[in-house]
Amino acid sequence: METFDKREERQTDLAKKNSLSDYFAQTYALSEIEFKKLFRDPTELFTRAVQPILWLTVFGQVMSKVKAVPTGEISYLAFMSPGILAQSILFSAIFFGIAIIWEKDLGVVHKLLVTPTARSALVLAKAVSSGFRGLVQAVIIFIVAYLMGVKLNFHPVHLLLVILSVFMGSAIFSTFSLIVACLVKTRERFMGIGQVLTMPLFFASNAIYPIEMMPKWLQVISQINPMSYLVDSLRALMLEGGVSHFGIGLDFSVMILIFGLMLFIASKLYAGIVQ
Amino acid sequence: MTPSLAIQTSNLTKKFGERTVVDHLNLSIEQGKIFGLLGPNGAGKSTTIKMLTTLLPPSEGRAHVAGFDVEDEAMDVRRKIGYVPQLVSSDGSLTAEENLLLSAKLYRIPSSERQLRIEEALAFMGLVGVRSKLVRTFSGGMIRRLELAQAVLHRPLVLFLDEPTIGLDPVARRTVWEKLKEMNKRFAMTILMTTHDMEEADFLCDELGILHQGVIAAIGGPDELKKQVGPEANLDDVFIHFSGATITESGNFGDVRQTRRTANRLG
Repeated sequence: METFDKREERQTDLAKKNSLSDYFAQTYALSEIEFKKLFRDPTELFTRAVQPILWLTVFGQVMSKVKAVPTGEISYLAFMSPGILAQSILFSAIFFGIAIIWEKDLGVVHKLLVTPTARSALVLAKAVSSGFRGLVQAVIIFIVAYLMGVKLNFHPVHLLLVILSVFMGSAIFSTFSLIVACLVKTRERFMGIGQVLTMPLFFASNAIYPIEMMPKWLQVISQINPMSYLVDSLRALMLEGGVSHFGIGLDFSVMILIFGLMLFIASKLYAGIVQ
Repeated sequence: MTPSLAIQTSNLTKKFGERTVVDHLNLSIEQGKIFGLLGPNGAGKSTTIKMLTTLLPPSEGRAHVAGFDVEDEAMDVRRKIGYVPQLVSSDGSLTAEENLLLSAKLYRIPSSERQLRIEEALAFMGLVGVRSKLVRTFSGGMIRRLELAQAVLHRPLVLFLDEPTIGLDPVARRTVWEKLKEMNKRFAMTILMTTHDMEEADFLCDELGILHQGVIAAIGGPDELKKQVGPEANLDDVFIHFSGATITESGNFGDVRQTRRTANRLG
């Protein structure tokens, strides 16, 4: 059998390089674990789907009859479907921080922070995991909207960009949630803040009514709300004849920029959660 | 730094606001030794470990672990150490094998060697039969052994243990002790541990440091310290002698809550 010394040497050589491949391998290993856990107990995925289905089938159908919201060429139900997808992404991602606090209380975070893994890789893995959850929501909403007669765009390029958009949205809100968790540190405080954050992010956006309908001050807020850019991209990409208000390029640029900023802040704060 | 020292601190200090938790600590721990950090709740034991494991930046002073500076060369330190926190750190919703595989991947153990190391670790810790069971179904002793296996998979030079047997029954405790002794011998692994258990300190440690209000009140081998206190003294007497009164108003609600929670989860 090989001696310990030899092995140690070999590992030392390998460990010396702290390369980009290490970074991605570690992020992948952590995301893989999250993925495994999610599918071992998928209850969460299904319970999370109930709310958006109700929004579409109850709220959507009633509001379509009222015809109170000017939605141009498309029906109100079609107009709101991307908004509801964005909403379900927001609602499930914004409570991601709870899981981090839970892991911190258990001691899992301590152990991860002592491994030679970059803080940003730990954060990125959580964002990827949140992206998977968002994707499952997207599949469910696509099915429900299709069954309700919404004309969806199934062009492969559009679908691919929808996936990207869902990932970006989930990544932004889950990382934002992680930042909040690092600041508040306890579950009780987090629950309160999570509730306070979701409503303004949702209602001060173009999710269920167009920005033009809002009073001026709210229009300003909704234009700095990342949620609006997520909804705008989904509306343009998901629907047959969907149009972007801001422009797809701007939507993605804003989302990538915000995520970059969130990732940077979260990586700086992450270690502080155990202090 | 002398190369034969696994841990060296000079004036290592941690302040939380006005409160100084670790106060100009100077420690030198030789390679291959088992060093026990004793002290009442709130003496600064966990804070010291957190600084040495790069979890907490020191307020003042320096510390070297395995030859690297904990602040400036944190990544190098992390590659050379293993850590089992007082809290339960294995993931309950994964199997024993999945937990080990994650550690192997995070420590970048080459894929050709991963499986071999995992097999060895499972065999050494007596967990082969439960490798595919979810960790949440494990007993406290099994969880601790798995955590140890995860912490040493990459063959660290220094292993940090925060209250390694808290909440374990006597049999499980004894098994953990034996595994620790064996790892220390087999891999010449330096171990720094905190404990409240004097029997554990006596059985395992080559050297003890008694921490009281952030400063080292006494340091030496278990027998040496006993002699200093009196001819018939045991480690309990040593502890009481050097850490001030038997009952001090140290520790806080958070410490107590954390300790009880860990004991509860493992018990």
